Amino acid sequence: MTTVAQSTTELNAASRRPENIRSLSAWRRRLLIGVVVAYAALLILAPLAALVSGAFAKGLGASLQALSDPDVFSAFLLTLKIAFLTVAVHGLLGTVLAWVLVRYRFRGHWLLNGVIDLPFAVSPVVVGYMLLLLFGRTGLFAPLLEALDLKVAFAVPGMILATLFVTLPFMAREVMPVLESFGVEQEHAAATLGASGWQTFWMVTFPALRWGFIYGVILTFARALGEFGAVLVVGGGIQGRTETLTLFIYRALDERQYVGAYSAAMVLGLLSLVLVIGTELLRKREK
Amino acid sequence: MTSLTPPLTVQEPPRRAPWGRWGIQSAAWTYVTLLLLIPLAVIFQDGLKGGLGTLWHSISLPIAWSALKLTLWTSALMAVINAIMGTLTAYVLVRYEFPGKALLNAIVDLPLAIPTLVTGVMLVVLYGPQSFVGAWLKNQMDWRIIFAPPGIILALLFVNFPFVVRAVQPVLQSLDLESEEAAATLGAGPTTIFWRVTLPALWLPIASGALLSFARAIGEFGAIVIVAGNIPLRSQTAAVYVFGEVESANRQGASAMSIVMLSLAFALVLVVDWLRKRGRKDAEE
Repeated sequence: MTTVAQSTTELNAASRRPENIRSLSAWRRRLLIGVVVAYAALLILAPLAALVSGAFAKGLGASLQALSDPDVFSAFLLTLKIAFLTVAVHGLLGTVLAWVLVRYRFRGHWLLNGVIDLPFAVSPVVVGYMLLLLFGRTGLFAPLLEALDLKVAFAVPGMILATLFVTLPFMAREVMPVLESFGVEQEHAAATLGASGWQTFWMVTFPALRWGFIYGVILTFARALGEFGAVLVVGGGIQGRTETLTLFIYRALDERQYVGAYSAAMVLGLLSLVLVIGTELLRKREK
Repeated sequence: MTSLTPPLTVQEPPRRAPWGRWGIQSAAWTYVTLLLLIPLAVIFQDGLKGGLGTLWHSISLPIAWSALKLTLWTSALMAVINAIMGTLTAYVLVRYEFPGKALLNAIVDLPLAIPTLVTGVMLVVLYGPQSFVGAWLKNQMDWRIIFAPPGIILALLFVNFPFVVRAVQPVLQSLDLESEEAAATLGAGPTTIFWRVTLPALWLPIASGALLSFARAIGEFGAIVIVAGNIPLRSQTAAVYVFGEVESANRQGASAMSIVMLSLAFALVLVVDWLRKRGRKDAEE
């Protein structure tokens, strides 16, 4: 191919050198790279830098003091509680879902496989609102909840449900491709050697799924930490009771406590970044 | 979403009792039904129980209509800019070597890791009236970014930056250079080659990435509520409108707008799905 191209080009006169084939002239190439780098820097990095400088605008002491507010502490605790519960539920049931979708064919398979991506396209506000329609004071399940003396809307259980809805796809979508490429030969081998179903799962299948599982857990956790719209609508953001870290930031901004809002936003952003990038690095090293 | 699995007789896990199989399948169905399908069904039932006329009436109220229009045009403009800049970013990342390339590649994924509320806070710090940049833009150029459509578009661009880049990148990587070389041999310049040869091969991933970002933009809340504020008829988007209606207990308005947003988003996701499937089929041929 190259030789043909070269010989033709030579015939074509000196102006078209073979390098011309897929490259712009040097300065145009530099311009193109410059435009893209400037776009990414202005769009993504400039706001990031602004937040860090905004958080420290009144000095490190002021940000630390703002962060030691008991409201921040209780908000952080609630955020962690919701995130851990979400991970526990999805870690188990999300893996079951991935297993069912990869290993079985049944009627409605396409439906199950299609609907689990819906949360990506549903607005978080709508998620919160749906839960209010179900569990709110005039909601569909209101009589049942009253009979059982349970409170879901404007309480932590509703916020957990909202977070579960929003994070549903991550676990299954991370585990499915790994499970798919692992196949079943090794499981058959284990079964032939007399292993029980559980033994096979824990000693053969699960170790192979490890990275998909860990990555799914981290993504779910990071997404749960940062959820805002759905927990705001269903939880109501009651100070000290249903206020997560994102809701604290929202209220602090509203009350013009800028240092507190910016510092908490920075901590939350950093935490999510470290989680996601750290896992990415770990996964690369593993490969 | 197609399955990637080959025919399944061999894929069956070994030695599993049939009741185990039914048990695990019903567990998966129950989980998805309780968590996803029932809430979604309830919202459609609530919004449609007055008939389509009531729904249309709620949407055509001036405040609702202007929120929907604002959402659609800012999302559409974002999708166009994102398609252009995302394609250029993918092109530069695949075809050129330059210092800082690894960093640029990492930056593309940042928006996925940062909570959208934090994104909104960042933009307010940078462009808000108290900031140096915000004050300068307002005084010198008479540009308002925060509490105005430009802020909404910036927030949407930030949040959706990865989608076009990550859709185009793998396709560009696997693109055969032969046709580009052939075009060059025939005397086409680099610009002509890009427009006539490279770009036509990329339209599927560009379109699916841009439409996906459009679908997500319709429902975006966290970044926008901070950046755009909540000014009816001026900077209130559909998601912020639903929030306001829920707060003021106007169930009809909230349900109607939710249904419109959900229907638009689901329709777009179906189109994206179809485009991706076509892309995979093209790749196999």
